[in-house]
Amino acid sequence: MLTLDKLTAGYGPVTALQDVTFSAGKGQITAVLGANGAGKTTLLRTVSGLHRPESGTISLDGQPLRKVNAEQMPALGMVHVPEGRGVITELTIEENLRLGGLAKGGKLRSEDLERVYELFPVLADRRASLAHTLSGGERQMLVIGRALMSEPRLLLLDEPSLGLAPRIVAQIFDLLRGLVDDQGLSVLLVEQNARSALSVADHGVVLNLGRVVADEKASVLAADDQLRHAYLGF
Amino acid sequence: MQQLVNTALGGLTLGAVYAAFALALVLIFRSTRIVNFAQAPMAMVTTFIALTLIDAGYSYWIGFAAALLSGLVLGAVIERVIIRPVEDKPEINAVILTLGLFITLHALAAVIFGNRFRSFPAPFGLRGLEVGGTTIRLTTSGIFTIAAVATVMVLLLLLFRYTDVGLRMRASAYNPEVARLLGVRVGRMLTLGWALAAVVGSLSGLLIASGGLVHPGYMDSIVVYGFVAAVLGGLESPVGAVVGGLTLGLSLSFVSGYLGSELVALAALLILMLVLTLKPGGLFAVASARRV
Repeated sequence: MLTLDKLTAGYGPVTALQDVTFSAGKGQITAVLGANGAGKTTLLRTVSGLHRPESGTISLDGQPLRKVNAEQMPALGMVHVPEGRGVITELTIEENLRLGGLAKGGKLRSEDLERVYELFPVLADRRASLAHTLSGGERQMLVIGRALMSEPRLLLLDEPSLGLAPRIVAQIFDLLRGLVDDQGLSVLLVEQNARSALSVADHGVVLNLGRVVADEKASVLAADDQLRHAYLGF
Repeated sequence: MQQLVNTALGGLTLGAVYAAFALALVLIFRSTRIVNFAQAPMAMVTTFIALTLIDAGYSYWIGFAAALLSGLVLGAVIERVIIRPVEDKPEINAVILTLGLFITLHALAAVIFGNRFRSFPAPFGLRGLEVGGTTIRLTTSGIFTIAAVATVMVLLLLLFRYTDVGLRMRASAYNPEVARLLGVRVGRMLTLGWALAAVVGSLSGLLIASGGLVHPGYMDSIVVYGFVAAVLGGLESPVGAVVGGLTLGLSLSFVSGYLGSELVALAALLILMLVLTLKPGGLFAVASARRV
């Protein structure tokens, strides 16, 4: 689905990613794990076109993405879901969703809206409220729902568990698992909460100081005590 | 009683013009954090374009339409050519550029259109309407002023509320990065925002000019009042700008009518200070805190 080949990126003299190479498989959840400052956010921003890499290539379905801007990504079937703060709080819930529906460039389809409301009934009840009235968990549902509006093939999720109660995190991860299993969605999940992420992911990639230190099946990573203690903190 | 009504009507007409100008400032500020000091001379240039056409024998309305259209183009070109290159720099750079543009447009207008007072026609009569035997201080032109501003306000509201492009523009204003991730071409939305703002600004220029005199500096005092009106409304809310404009127009009209016209500038300053002290976010502050 998504392949990174020797991706190197940074900010001026500071290198945030060094020769990062891995693939995120089709119909799978791939978790990218690591501590703060490991390069996870830079990785996601680079893949989604918000940050220009210094070298290396990113390919989607075997096609290298060269000079693709962030705003063209949804049309390619890839949507970056920023963490819960990515809700546009000054717009209503429905306006946030409508924006998601317009992301591919076409017209909004009302059946997409209904589909997302069905998935998140909480949002349906409050469609006309401003998004800043939502709780953290509801905001996370809104950003995921908004991304689903454009029927993406690949979701890039940035720390969906950040600041949420474990029960809500479990709910959101269950939902993702369902979407992957039922609809063949692919997910690249960037998480600091490694334990939860590995419990839902098929595959895991561990970053440390901008380099890939492990690239294994999620179950293998979860069972590797040494790696867990060294990099994942559980 | 008659004086009260007349003062209120005069204030409303004046307020409508301030509202239009404030709206132009707000449309740009809320998406770019830039106070466009060049708004006044931009409007002045478009008014001169209208006057040139009218003097050449075309009708008032041809001139009117040409001014609004040239406002649209001027706004878009200025954003694309002058503001875009400093987009990633601190906002102050762009603000300084608009100040430079202020001076440049002044000078250019003086060279091209002449640095003297010229009279500008009014679309309708300037005589007060008769109501119940007395003449009130509301002219047909005054009604046109209020109606024109109200129309623009409603059109903008419909655009922002109910169209896809309006939604994209609001998203770009509130959160450009998230908007990009949702496929919005934020740069285009900014250009469009400047273009629309310049149209509204040039409308205010035409309305002020109507039945009066224009010269390259005739809009300059409006900058101050328009800015106060925009701050009254919170600088971010188009509705706030209109309410702020009307409030300011009415207040100043009452100050001028009952206390003396020499106190108008002082009163505007007092209102600005009061609002900034008591409600720094303006009367229509956006609910959530925003980083600046």
